[in-house]
Amino acid sequence: MDSELKREVILDNYNNPYHKGLKNEKDYKKANTNNESCIDDIDIELKIENGIIKDANFDGEACAISTSATSIFLRKIIGKSVNEVKKLIENYENLINEKEYDEELLGELMAYDTIYMQPNRKHCALLPVDTIKKILKEE
Amino acid sequence: MHREDFPILKNDLIYFDNGATTLKPKCVIEAMNDYYYNYGANIHRGDYKISHKASEEYELVRDKVKEFINARNAKEIVFTSGATDALNKIVFGFMKDYLHESDEVLITKSEHASNVLPWFELKKLNNIKINYIPLNENHELTLENLEKSITKNTKVISIASVTNVVGDVRDIASISKIAHQHNIILVVDGSQSVPHMKTDVIKDDIDFLIFAGHKMLGPTGVGVLYAKEEYLEKTYPIEFGGGMNQYFEETGEVEYKSIPTRFEAGTPPIAEVIGLGAAIDYLQSIGMDNINKYEQELKKYLVSKLEKNKKVILYNKSSESGILAFNLEGIFSQDTAIYLDHYNICVRAGNHCAKILKNEINIKNTCRISLYFYNTKEEIDKLVEVLENSDDLFKVIL
Ligand SMILES: Cc1ncc(COP(=O)(O)O)c(C=O)c1O
Repeated sequence: MDSELKREVILDNYNNPYHKGLKNEKDYKKANTNNESCIDDIDIELKIENGIIKDANFDGEACAISTSATSIFLRKIIGKSVNEVKKLIENYENLINEKEYDEELLGELMAYDTIYMQPNRKHCALLPVDTIKKILKEE
Repeated sequence: MHREDFPILKNDLIYFDNGATTLKPKCVIEAMNDYYYNYGANIHRGDYKISHKASEEYELVRDKVKEFINARNAKEIVFTSGATDALNKIVFGFMKDYLHESDEVLITKSEHASNVLPWFELKKLNNIKINYIPLNENHELTLENLEKSITKNTKVISIASVTNVVGDVRDIASISKIAHQHNIILVVDGSQSVPHMKTDVIKDDIDFLIFAGHKMLGPTGVGVLYAKEEYLEKTYPIEFGGGMNQYFEETGEVEYKSIPTRFEAGTPPIAEVIGLGAAIDYLQSIGMDNINKYEQELKKYLVSKLEKNKKVILYNKSSESGILAFNLEGIFSQDTAIYLDHYNICVRAGNHCAKILKNEINIKNTCRISLYFYNTKEEIDKLVEVLENSDDLFKVIL
């Protein structure tokens, strides 16, 4: 992805995020970012049935990077199995932390492939996965 | 003013986060180096020359602080590890015994966490009541609202003299008069005022005052607790160990030293206290009134410039301190701060540890500019220009 396209992907997902607005129904599991190092405040809810992510939503106030990454992530994981999501998370974390990753698997998330150059923004990019991991821990 | 005294300013840096901590002048760094290079011994413990010198320099700073805030006696000055530590010492060393069930403490929603959370904890212990004095439409404290909030159970008012997000300068002399008419103890969080204007605990009749060294050109790790002698005498230490006891026996019998040493358990931040002393000398040489006057002028200039930018929302332009909270229309505060950082302009984004203020100003996060005397109109011009050109913000930060 060239930098123009990356910016476009991020801004589209920031300005018009997918899956924004919580349903707060009882078969959803919810977690908040409560990120120690920044001021982003995002709630994510997942509906998991038989090990498959059936629905995913978020709400809250956060910076462009966190918001867009959350939007892209949620869109990507709906319909996937918990194990597939865990694998995606692992690859995404590797991307942010400059380790080996599977580019094909990540798709649009490749928009964040230069975040490592701004170390103070890494945690913004990792916000959705940190929160999703909290929910999946119990699965 | 005096930019040449600050080595870090050679790095093409525009530093507008003085509410969080200030830059250090060379004389402060050198005073600490001098201690470490030439007489870096512990205090009160050695019968040799450099330990004696260290003890003397340490105690000399107590006198400097006394002069600086116009206390009656150096005994009333306790060195702490910071403003937070000082407030905790007041709440758990004095208030824990002084306050009982249904006694009321008045604070405001614009207080820093360090003047809120210790009270919450005391509430759990003693079942006291914490009430918030309502703020006016500019989120400022008025004497009228203060008087209305006082009940027959009000025992303590604990407020900042200047708040760290709204930046309103509170009329401490009048507040203490009202407090004392009702037999209420006044605790003043001077973290954002002591570095910027003349402090006079006698004229303002302050019962307890706290502030942090690092927000007034001094090093991190040192703060001050001032209390009127009668209150300090009734304060119990909350930390125990070496340096603060007269003697102890294996039976558990123990006697603690007199004030203020009783509150300085363990090896204190010696180099930091000495650095704070150098900071006070330096501030005195410039003159607190000169600093205050210059900062007010800068603030007016900043507001007048930013007001012209339609994209900028200002939250506290009427407040008299050098603190200005703002947002760019439609932009998350952190994105604005990151954008400014691309031009080496340092501002802070977030809730600034005043987490209950959000209910007051209806906005959770802001960018905060907080000025000091080394800031200039040229720096403000640069900020104004960068914010003016912020249509491309995401091109810059993404
Ligand atoms: C008004 C106010 N009170 C207290 C503090 C706490 O100071 P420290 O972190 O040095 O203990 C601050 C610092 O941000 C402050 O702005």
